[in-house]
Amino acid sequence: MVDFGGWNMPVQYTGILDEHHAVRNAVGVFDISHMGEVFVSGPEAANWLNQVLTNNIERLEPGECQYTFLLNPDGGVIDDLIAYRLEEGRYLLVVNASKIDEDVAWLQSHLAQGVTLENRSDEFAGLAVQGPRAAVLFDRFFEGKISRPARNEIKRYDACCTTVWIARTGYTGEDGFELFFKAEFAPTIWQSILEKGSDLGIRPCGLGARDTLRLEMCYPLNGSDLSASHTPIEAGMSFFVDLEKPDFIGRSKLAEQRAQGVSKRLVPFKMKGKTPPPRSHYKIFKNGEAIAETTSGTLSPTLGIGIGMAYIPSEFARINEEIEIDIRGRRFPATIEKKPLHRK
Amino acid sequence: MNVPDDLKYTETHEWIRIEGDQARVGVTDHAQEELTDVVFVELPTVGDKVAAGASVAVVESVKSAGDIYAPVSGTIVAVNEALVDSPALVNTDPYGEGWLFTLKLDAPEEVAQLQDAAAYRALLGE
Repeated sequence: MVDFGGWNMPVQYTGILDEHHAVRNAVGVFDISHMGEVFVSGPEAANWLNQVLTNNIERLEPGECQYTFLLNPDGGVIDDLIAYRLEEGRYLLVVNASKIDEDVAWLQSHLAQGVTLENRSDEFAGLAVQGPRAAVLFDRFFEGKISRPARNEIKRYDACCTTVWIARTGYTGEDGFELFFKAEFAPTIWQSILEKGSDLGIRPCGLGARDTLRLEMCYPLNGSDLSASHTPIEAGMSFFVDLEKPDFIGRSKLAEQRAQGVSKRLVPFKMKGKTPPPRSHYKIFKNGEAIAETTSGTLSPTLGIGIGMAYIPSEFARINEEIEIDIRGRRFPATIEKKPLHRK
Repeated sequence: MNVPDDLKYTETHEWIRIEGDQARVGVTDHAQEELTDVVFVELPTVGDKVAAGASVAVVESVKSAGDIYAPVSGTIVAVNEALVDSPALVNTDPYGEGWLFTLKLDAPEEVAQLQDAAAYRALLGE
């Protein structure tokens, strides 16, 4: 068990490799109750969210969601999150556990007339069911009482005694669902999912597998790959930034970077051959000079090779560029790769 | 937790088995469980002279890298080459096939300062 954003959470249940392979080949369930749930509602909710988030919330139909960023005025990342449009005038923001207090304080300090903000993180639990067999498990679990939401959609399911929000989202690169519901129901739902998935090869999955799965997909982790000193443009996340919007916090810096280019970019790399696994904060060399340090690193259980990410000076941030990673004083060759590192 | 009675232990979770004037070293069952799946082992070089307490090897799991310390002073005489291709032996058989290295003892009296199985079990809170 480790402390994670103030939560005491398991790194693994049966083993990181076993859990990782279960999600890639069958199905796994993650306890994501640590994630924050912030509800935003009111007639001005959409306009206001468009002022504080980078993506364009107007693109969402009710029941749809998007990945988006909360930025500081310098364009640095406060948090990355999923914004769900639950219904007309009502939104759910699912934010990182370690950033709940900072996000809510920031949002409160920028609140506008006609917008209500409710931080209900303590009330809600969440489970992520991920893997190629997640859809089969969904049908078993809900017994045909509700159809599966489409990818990036969210549905409301009113069970006998409580409401469950069901989203077709995740952080693994596999098909899957995320369920959000009142915390008191968490043990029952967790047990039921594990039982109904037992013959599908289900595994309960911890933080270790969550990290290896997301890194193979090059999904950034806030606090490692994202920070207040890097913009989403530098992080290679322009797709989730709508510079057509007339204004949002951080926009001017991002527009400037779009026009003039960035000096460094977050790119994935793969080690060449058998090496110790790279980890965060390892130095990166090019032509004998230290040019960067890794922001994430691990051994990819799927590829069987070391992988990671780093902000590399733009002149070297090209696919197939060769770099060296310093591991305990020895340099090992690696190449810069295209995202994602794992493809089906 | 498996703590064989015939071995000596360190507070940093290495085990040591005395074999004449040599000693075989590995990590304990507790250590391999804490490390999680071992995916890489960096072994010392045969002929290296090591001091008791010096960092001589690194065992890496998916999660983290763990330093391995020499329980006693000596000269490395053999390393477990099988770990290069099968690092998971550290998890599956920590006291057997998952051994790390053997060393020739410089000062056999150092062995007396290591913990016996009962003391190590107490350290683990068992």
